[in-house]
Amino acid sequence: MTFGVLENVRKEFPRRGESAPLVALDGASFSFEKGELVSLLGPSGCGKTTLLRIIAGLIGRTSGSVRIRGEEVEDPHPDFGFVFQAPNLMPWRTVLDNVLFPMEILRQRDARAKSRALELLAMTGLKEFAAARPDQLSGGMQQRVALCRALVHEPALLLMDEPFGALDELTRMEMNDLLLDIRARTQATVVFVTHSIQEAVYLSDQVFVFSKRPSRIVEAIRVALPYPRSARTRYESQFSALASRASRALGVIHEGAA
Amino acid sequence: MRIGDLVDDGWKRLVYPPLGIALTIGLWHWACVRFDISTTVLPKPGLVLQAAIDRYDLLLAESWVTLKETVYGFALALALGIPIAVAITGSKTLNLMFSPILVALQSVPKVALAPILLVWLGTGIESKLAIAWLVAFFPIVVDTAAGLQSTPRELLELARSLRASRWQVFSKVQFPAALPFIVTGSKVAVTLAVIGAVIGEFVGSSEGLGYLLLAASSQINSPLAFAALFALAALGILVYLAVVGAEWLLSPLLPNAHRRE
Repeated sequence: MTFGVLENVRKEFPRRGESAPLVALDGASFSFEKGELVSLLGPSGCGKTTLLRIIAGLIGRTSGSVRIRGEEVEDPHPDFGFVFQAPNLMPWRTVLDNVLFPMEILRQRDARAKSRALELLAMTGLKEFAAARPDQLSGGMQQRVALCRALVHEPALLLMDEPFGALDELTRMEMNDLLLDIRARTQATVVFVTHSIQEAVYLSDQVFVFSKRPSRIVEAIRVALPYPRSARTRYESQFSALASRASRALGVIHEGAA
Repeated sequence: MRIGDLVDDGWKRLVYPPLGIALTIGLWHWACVRFDISTTVLPKPGLVLQAAIDRYDLLLAESWVTLKETVYGFALALALGIPIAVAITGSKTLNLMFSPILVALQSVPKVALAPILLVWLGTGIESKLAIAWLVAFFPIVVDTAAGLQSTPRELLELARSLRASRWQVFSKVQFPAALPFIVTGSKVAVTLAVIGAVIGEFVGSSEGLGYLLLAASSQINSPLAFAALFALAALGILVYLAVVGAEWLLSPLLPNAHRRE
């Protein structure tokens, strides 16, 4: 069974003083299999974050259907993990306590949860910072803590909203490799929102390119590059071919100019 | 070099503040003598000290009264202010209904309410407590509400995505996020509570430092009035330090700026 299926997802926001609503999403349809990493790529304000929040069940949709494992998404589901653009750690908690936050909410904070949290911190190279406070960590390290927090309850689906957008180029590339590594180990299914073409192609099994508002999917790209991927992948001709295809779809490169 | 600096600095911290105080008192004394200021207008520091020593039992007793009024009023402000802030930030309906009333009440000069409260509650401790409560209440409500609203939206969504209960969201996310604001509000509130208690004593009372201040002034006993003034200042510092102490105890729960290290 296909893991996630979206059909004609449409989202309108009412506009004050105007009869016509703002169409944030004009019918998005795509699907992905269990264990896949799919990217939603598009310009800022194109509604890809809105779509992610719809998949998470945090906001409703005007019409269309979102089915995860055959079930229609209506409400937030604790089986999903969420990573935001900002780490959003709690400054009053230690790193370990931040990671364990979901387990606390789910009332499953026990020895097993703690060892899982420490294992994730070790995977992300933060083991010795378990007792540190978030403000003692760099931005990249904080985002790694947020990633651990999203994964601690072993969610079936990981939703990431431009998680590395605020990081510098080198840290971002490091985080990309870390994410792929963690995905290989945890078998997580990931929906990843980004506005970086390179990042989308590097990470994903599939890239869905969104147009500006009213936003729709203008191109679906299957990235057939084998995993594990490495810095070398970025210089392969197939990689640049896919990247320029995505660029064309985005309208960054015009037809014929490439 | 650094340790030398630190020692140097520590030495300065120990010596300079008392030196400043001594200079100020010296200047005060000198001015009294030089310009031949009458004791009624400005008593010499020595006379104030003498009055404080002679009447220390009276000063202590009256300070105790004012301290009680202040602490009870402040405690009541915390006990009522925090739940009210929670209610108006948690419910849009309550917010729309009661925020205007709160703002209106806040803009009423509390001194103007003192005579009315006196009529309602009598000249005993209750009316002072009520005024102390009233002035301390608003900073606590306003700061607690601001703190609760400062919780990052994403954190709330994270909690919601895990289907957290309202109580979990409050106790694990919103309240800890608001705690630094509550501490800040408390620092303002506790010093205001002293003022509130004294206002109450001014308007109608037979005890407390405010009453002593008025009584001593009306008897043209300026040294005692000044001694009462100093007792009042000491009391204000004491309650403020108590809040700072509470902050220190809470510091493991507070973000960096508030943490002891």
